[in-house]
This record gives sequence, C-alpha cells and structure tokens, in this order.
Amino acid sequence: MTSDVRGAGGPAVDLRAGSRRLGEKLVLTLLWVCAAASILTTVGIVVILFSEAAGFFREEAVSLRGFLTGTTWQPFGGAQGKFGVLPLVAGTLLVTVIALLVAVPLGLTSAAYLSEYASPRTRRILKPVLEVLAGVPTVVLGYFALTFMTPLLRATVGQLTTISVFNAASAGIVMGIMIVPTVASLSEDAMSAVPQALREGAYGLGATKRHVVHSVVMPAALSGIVAAIILALGRAIGETMIVALAAGNLPNLTYNPFEQIQTMTAYIVQAVQGEAPRGSLTYESIFAVGALLFVITLLINIAAARFVRRFREVYS
Amino acid sequence: MDQQHEQARVDGHARTPVATIADEHRRNGARLDSDLARQAAAGRTVRDDAAVVFDLDDVTVSYAGFPAIRNVSMQVRERMITALIGPSGCGKTTLLRTLNRMNDLIPSASVEGTVRYKGADLYARHVDPVEVRRRIGMVFQKANPFPKSIRDNILFGPKATGMTFDADDLVEKSLRGAALWDEVKDKLDSSALGLSGGQQQRLCIARAIAVEPDTILMDEPCSALDPIATGAIENLMRELREHYTIIIVTHNMQQAARASDMTAFVTTEVSHDEDGRDRRSGRLIEYDRTEVIFGDPRDTRTEDYVSGRFG
Repeated sequence: MTSDVRGAGGPAVDLRAGSRRLGEKLVLTLLWVCAAASILTTVGIVVILFSEAAGFFREEAVSLRGFLTGTTWQPFGGAQGKFGVLPLVAGTLLVTVIALLVAVPLGLTSAAYLSEYASPRTRRILKPVLEVLAGVPTVVLGYFALTFMTPLLRATVGQLTTISVFNAASAGIVMGIMIVPTVASLSEDAMSAVPQALREGAYGLGATKRHVVHSVVMPAALSGIVAAIILALGRAIGETMIVALAAGNLPNLTYNPFEQIQTMTAYIVQAVQGEAPRGSLTYESIFAVGALLFVITLLINIAAARFVRRFREVYS
Repeated sequence: MDQQHEQARVDGHARTPVATIADEHRRNGARLDSDLARQAAAGRTVRDDAAVVFDLDDVTVSYAGFPAIRNVSMQVRERMITALIGPSGCGKTTLLRTLNRMNDLIPSASVEGTVRYKGADLYARHVDPVEVRRRIGMVFQKANPFPKSIRDNILFGPKATGMTFDADDLVEKSLRGAALWDEVKDKLDSSALGLSGGQQQRLCIARAIAVEPDTILMDEPCSALDPIATGAIENLMRELREHYTIIIVTHNMQQAARASDMTAFVTTEVSHDEDGRDRRSGRLIEYDRTEVIFGDPRDTRTEDYVSGRFG
C-alpha cells in the first residue's frame, strides 16, 4: 500500500548537513586548539621545571636529602655553596601564616557582613570596592609595606622589641590585606549560595541571626570558604613583589617575624637578577626551589580537597 | 453516637457540651453534597469556647507598597487545625508568614493593621521576632532539614534558644511526637538528608516541636509528598492538635476537608488603581467551620472554589 505514503518512491528528502555546518566545525576546532594550548603550556612548564631541577640534583655538591633538610642557604659560593632550603621554606611559611592570620578573620567577617547583614544596596556598593583592592599592583603594596607598615610597626611594637627595616611581619600583614578580597569575595559567593530555605528553617525555630550565620550558613558554605582560603593561600605563597621589597633577602631560619628573612620567591628574583650563568649551580637551584614551591602548593590543594570532602555539609 | 463518645474522651475537660459537626451538618441540611463535604462533616469537633490565639484586625501585608493580601480580620482558636485555602498567588502563605514575623526577612514587606497573639501585639515596637518565632514554630513547603545529623537537627532549636534540656530525652520525645522515632532510632547520627521526603518533613515537624512552641504554622507541608507520606503527616497533625494550635496553608482541598477544623477561603481580587492598571491582592472571603465551608458556604466564590468550578 505504498500509495498511502505521500512521496513514497519519489526522491528522498535531503537530510545532509548544509554548508553552514562547515563553520561550526571550524569553531569547534578553534575552541579545541585554544583549550589544548593552555593545557600543553601547563604541562610544558611542569616538565621544564622538573627536568631542570633534576639537573640540579645530579650535581655532586648537592643531594635531594641535603637540599630538603639542610639549614644553611648560601647559594652564591659556586661548588662551595650550601644548598639547604629550609631557611627559604621557613621564610615563606612565616610570611604566609602572618598573611592568613590577617586575611582569614578579616575576609570571613567581611563575607558574613556582606552576605547576611548588609542591605542589598550596601552590598552592591561595597563588594565592587572590595574587589578593586584585589587589583592594586603588588609592587605598590610592597612599597606600602616598606614605607608605611614597617614604620608603623616600629613606632608601636618597636617599643617592645627590635624590628629590622626589612621584616616578615610587615610583608605578611600587607600580603594579608592583599588577599582579603579573595577570601571575602569568594566566601561571600559561597554564603550567598546557601539556600534561603535553610536560613528560614533556622529562623523559624527561634534562632538569632548570629546563630543562623555561624551554625547554618558557615557550615553549609564551608567547602566554598575553604576553597577561597586555599586560593588566597596559593597567592600568598607565590607572592613575590611584596616580600622582595619589604621582607629582605637574608636566608634566615627564624620564627621571629621582626627579623629579616628571605622567601623562596624572593630568592628566585635575587638569583635571576644576579645573572647566574646558565648551567651553574646557582642557576639550577632556581628550578629546584621553583619545583619545591610547586609541590608545596599542590600538596596544600590536595589536603584542602580532602578536608572539604570530609567536613562539608552538602545541602542539595 | 460513637462520635460523641469519641469527643467526650478526647475533650474530657470541655466546659460546655459540644455537638459534633456531623450532627449539626445533618440538622442544617447541607447545600453541597460532595465527597469533600462528607469528609469535612466526618467526626469533627469545634469547641466554641476555645481561647483565641490569633486575633487579626484589618491586616494588610504589602510588598514594596503593593498589598499582597488586604483587610483580613479573623480569629484563630486554640488547639484546632485551621486551614487556609485558595488559588495560587492569593496571599495565603504571605498571611501565614505574618503570624510569626517571618516576613521580616523580606526587606520590602510591611504589615498594617494589628495581629494579636494571645493578647499581645506581634508588631509592637518592643517585640523581639526571635522570641515570637520560638513560640510560633513553622514547617515549610519543601522539607528543609539542616545538612547535619538527625540528632543535631532536633537539638538545633533548643541550643539556639538557650533551653536547658537533656539531649537524649528531648531527641526521643520530639521524634516520637512527630511519629518518626521508630524509623530513625537506630541512625540518629546519620545525615538527615538520607531520609525520604516524607521522613524529612516529619523531622522538620519534630525539630519544630523540640523548642516547645504553642503554635505550629505549616506552609503546604505535603505539597511535595506522595499520598502515603501525606497521610502520615495528616495523622500526625490530628495528634498534634491535642497540644498545639495548627494553622496550615494547603492547595489540597481534600486535605483541608479531611484534616482541618476551621477553614478560611482566600482568593485574589482584581481592582484598578488610578492609572487603570490591574492590582491583584488577596482577600479573605469566608472563614467558618470546615464543614460549613465545604458543605454550606455562604459566598458563591467559596462554593465555586470548593466544588471545583474555579481555581
């Protein structure tokens, strides 16, 4: 009964792709190339970092163990140099811890205020202002640390203890101010994303605003808050300009925040500016320090991911 | 006769003899003869001498200056289930949230008129909304347990309000009160989000009664639940009525007919402002005993709604 079907036996409808499909393929290829380029760049950086660092450890003068556990960093003595990285790691951690001590309380309270207390109008004005702070060039902040924060510290805390012109505290505090917007803005996003239904549930039970914020909103937003702190931590560890300007260039294994120190990043700047000849121990040590910095950041990220998976309160 | 017997047992302390609604229903010769009317008339009691809990006088609630529901005057009596029914968007939920100052959380909301709760003006200057909400609990349309353990969900309110309590006793008492104990007693420390939708909603009721409120407001508590879970919640409401005043917003007319003692019908009225634009706001059309609303309503709009001709 083919006659029932209209057009049966005639030429079939053309269902092949028209020419405009070619443009779509082109766009797809372009997108793929862009995505691949950024991934390949990352892979390339990691490969070069680690292969150059491996060259450093093949030298007779150094061992991986000696590098990681040594407490003296005197990299400019050629073969007589001492390459114990701990003073640089300690300097980096000292400045980072100070920065977090400033940024986490300031950032979280700002986020809680913006998300839970501020009127929509206030939030519309304050949040962009806060984010502008993230755009201040770090070299400006470094100057701010050296010419404002250090004199301020010396005029106040300096009455009680000696504060070196270059010191970890000043750089750490200003670095903390630098990462407040990161902590505040991302934590605010996480808190605002907590469903209103959860807040109403708590208010409906007679909870005060303060209780709602710290017992419902904060725990539910924990994964976002931790992610914000980790991102800020990454910026602090990798930050170079502020520490190079204000924290000094003296590899110094100390926990005293008022002494001059050197961070891993500041050393890299110093060594590169010192025009260490390619292939020399000093030159290769840059990559070893860089690789270590990379590994530390990676470990922190992994630890944070585990922490979040274990403690976050999933609300969907 | 059985019903009167039942009534006497349940309501032994009643000061005046109370006829069951069904008797009165038959005497009156109901106008509507539908399943809903029969459900509404079945074995229900309204104590005319019950104390007034909420006394609303000409209450208008507006968002950003536009009334969502206006000129509501009604009295809600103690230890009864009062249902608010009406089409979507008529302001039922807005009215409910006015009763425990939940609308305070919406910056643009404002309330005119007076809402008295046991004689006290809820919107007087010195009133603390936190204290209001502790006495007047709320269960929401979508179950919203905290992403914490079942135990922590129950203890959240008591901790938040600074009650002194024995944790194990309170958890058991609240969960039993919400008919959930037997299902969860072995997993009190597991996440509340692992429970089924109906269990989550009963947990929210348990959480609400843990702070020992006088009144529980329920905003379409069964709208996301299947008929079995809905039945469990309705049975629970009938038990809770022994101790609490319950006000429930519902879209489900069967539910109002089955479960409530009093019913208020709210609907949307369209008026025109000076520029000729439509202004929609909710009005309370009729408020009476449930069997009257479903069996013999006075207003034709109520009759149209409950007989399914509108909404």
